[in-house]
Amino acid sequence: MINFELDEDQQLIRDTVVSFARDEVRPHAREADEKGTIPAELVQKGWELGLVQSVIPEDLGGFGNAHSAITGAVVAEELAYGDLSIATHLLAPRLVTVPTLEFGSDALKKSVLPRFCGERFEAASAAVMEPRMDFDASAPATTLKRDGDDYLLSGEKCLVPLGNEARQFLVIASLANGTGAPHAQALLVDRETPGLTVGERERNMGLKALATTRITFDGCKIPREQLLDGNEAASARLANLWRVAQGAMAVGVARAAYDYARDYARDRRAFGQAIAQKQAIAFMLAEMAMEVDAMRLLVWEAAWRLDRHEDATREAHLAKRYTSDMALKITDNAVQVLGGHGYIRDHLVELFLRNARSFSMLEGLAIA
Amino acid sequence: MIDYELSPDIAATREQLHMLAEHAMRPIARDYDEREHEKPWDFINMMWQLSKNSGIGPGREKDKTQPRSDSERNLRTCVAVEELSWGDAGLYLAMPGPGLGGAAVMAAGTPEQKERFLSRFKGEKPVWSAMAITEPGCGSDSAAIQTTAVRDGDHWILNGTKIFCTSGLMAGDPSKSNGFIVVWATVDRSAGRAGIKSFIVNAGTPGMTVAKCEDKLGIRASDTATLIFEDCRIPFDHILGSAEVPKTSEGFKGVMATFDATRPIVAASALGVGRAALDFVRDELKRQNIPIRYGIATHKLTVIERDFMDMEANLQAARLLTWRAAWMMDRGQKNNLEASMAKAKAGLVVTQITQKAVELLGPLGYSRDLMLEKWMRDAKINDIFEGTQQINMMIIARRILGYSSKELS
Repeated sequence: MINFELDEDQQLIRDTVVSFARDEVRPHAREADEKGTIPAELVQKGWELGLVQSVIPEDLGGFGNAHSAITGAVVAEELAYGDLSIATHLLAPRLVTVPTLEFGSDALKKSVLPRFCGERFEAASAAVMEPRMDFDASAPATTLKRDGDDYLLSGEKCLVPLGNEARQFLVIASLANGTGAPHAQALLVDRETPGLTVGERERNMGLKALATTRITFDGCKIPREQLLDGNEAASARLANLWRVAQGAMAVGVARAAYDYARDYARDRRAFGQAIAQKQAIAFMLAEMAMEVDAMRLLVWEAAWRLDRHEDATREAHLAKRYTSDMALKITDNAVQVLGGHGYIRDHLVELFLRNARSFSMLEGLAIA
Repeated sequence: MIDYELSPDIAATREQLHMLAEHAMRPIARDYDEREHEKPWDFINMMWQLSKNSGIGPGREKDKTQPRSDSERNLRTCVAVEELSWGDAGLYLAMPGPGLGGAAVMAAGTPEQKERFLSRFKGEKPVWSAMAITEPGCGSDSAAIQTTAVRDGDHWILNGTKIFCTSGLMAGDPSKSNGFIVVWATVDRSAGRAGIKSFIVNAGTPGMTVAKCEDKLGIRASDTATLIFEDCRIPFDHILGSAEVPKTSEGFKGVMATFDATRPIVAASALGVGRAALDFVRDELKRQNIPIRYGIATHKLTVIERDFMDMEANLQAARLLTWRAAWMMDRGQKNNLEASMAKAKAGLVVTQITQKAVELLGPLGYSRDLMLEKWMRDAKINDIFEGTQQINMMIIARRILGYSSKELS
């Protein structure tokens, strides 16, 4: 029966994250972007919200809550409303914990997950993208080859969040399987693995507070236990969980830009009235409001399908595509509403625009 | 708790109506587009019987005697209307039943009035009702209407001209049905919008004439009538709501509240037309072995795939906004903002989707041998009636900014 209302637990979680994003995250957004770093105290406060620990089973040290893509989407949207870089940083450990939980063997869960239940922020990450124009996450150029009982991993990844400090990475590589076409295989790789080299910090247009690096794998030896479930449905589900999270983050950034532009337009006066009283401005704001709602409804639909363990590739793909395009349009319009002031770094809308530009290209930066 | 699955009851209604749309509407859709001003009487009579016997069809949605639960009435109506409009939007609009006039009675009438005016929809012969707002001198600016209602003892006397009245012929011409028209008129021009009231005028009332039916771009199976009122005398208790003219425009807001219920329904009709075009394109691509590949990188997608995916995502976005607006109304929540969002988005995207569908099929798309060109013509009305896209954007803007109509106009 159709229902667009979050359940009580989800509303409680949302309320908590809303306050945190408003009171803790947003006030740091500009400075973090300018300095290229996020204060350690803020990261630690974020860790204490328990967003990573919550879905880890109790016997492994977590809170034992059921994993839900809808809840993940709600959290991702609200944090990204505060700031996309900070949100991505805080949620980065989930790039390892959620796939391990969903697609890892029991042994892997036992060895990986307890580490994420400690008092301190535990950095982890995913190495998905590659520095190539024709990158496709469903057919990466990084390869995984059988080598006796183990595997050899070779290739280059880029835009790896927290590459400088993560102790473990989720990596996507092409695995040739007998005679068939290679498929995208997810695996966990420890930072200390011989042959793994972390490159220099990257310099990006947006997400400037988020430390991203390149990583090269030069024939890294990977024990087979490090491979996650590689069947087609599991791989699709993993990619769809990324899409939902990033779609939700696009909603958050778009909403941040919309709120900012709306408040500015109500205050800013020209020709004797608030500029929001001009149809040219008012209609832009109306479209933003309408599209933010439409974006969220599409993301939640894909998340809902994932929570029912149904095939969600079509819905997640369309939601990601729609939200990426729309976030860019909305943040661009927000800059436009502020006019010259929107172009100045005193206001946040230029930051929102730079961050929103990432959504249509970048994949695997967050997971629902 | 979030749930995107229709209840089994609504899903069953949808399935039934889809069969009906496919087998009873599609086969005659082109015919009644080509033969404008002819009425599909066989279809009309069949729909009337069907809605009486099986409880399907929007004609019965407002009927509280139905045994089924009423808690999802607005959502059910939206799902039903999308299905029927997938069959044919013009034929859907031509269907007998309470329609927009009935919605106005439901929204603003007393229980006694509802019984008195709506009981005719239980009879043996098909009946229509219609809503007359637009005038030659005003459309979107419905507060500027010139039609007057003057009290004369136990009666009102109406004078004025109404145009663009959907089903005005079927509802207002006594040779077509024992219907009625809900007429918006002012009882006090100096009071502005506060003076606007709605009145029920029965078909055949002396002084009301159906003067003309328009020739249109699309939805040609549905008549769009001009009604002239010349000293048209109706009983005093044919006014919906109070006869008093309040100091504020609260009364007008009450009249406008009808739109919160009807805009999601119009949006749903738009969705049906858009989906018809999208389904056709999907089938045609399949026939030609052109795949739509979800889950691969954007740069690998063909232009056709990108176009198709954008059409799909936009249509679904509009559908979800529509369902949300209806769902809110079912829960008794205020949905003025959400109803306008649904209508604005749906009207716009189906206009774009059907235009793109014509383009994707190339010369075939332009041909009247296929239905795409017709769907493109049919779709456009959804961007116009029941509040143009721009009027709905204006309502959204006022709501989100907290502006009155004086502050943002």
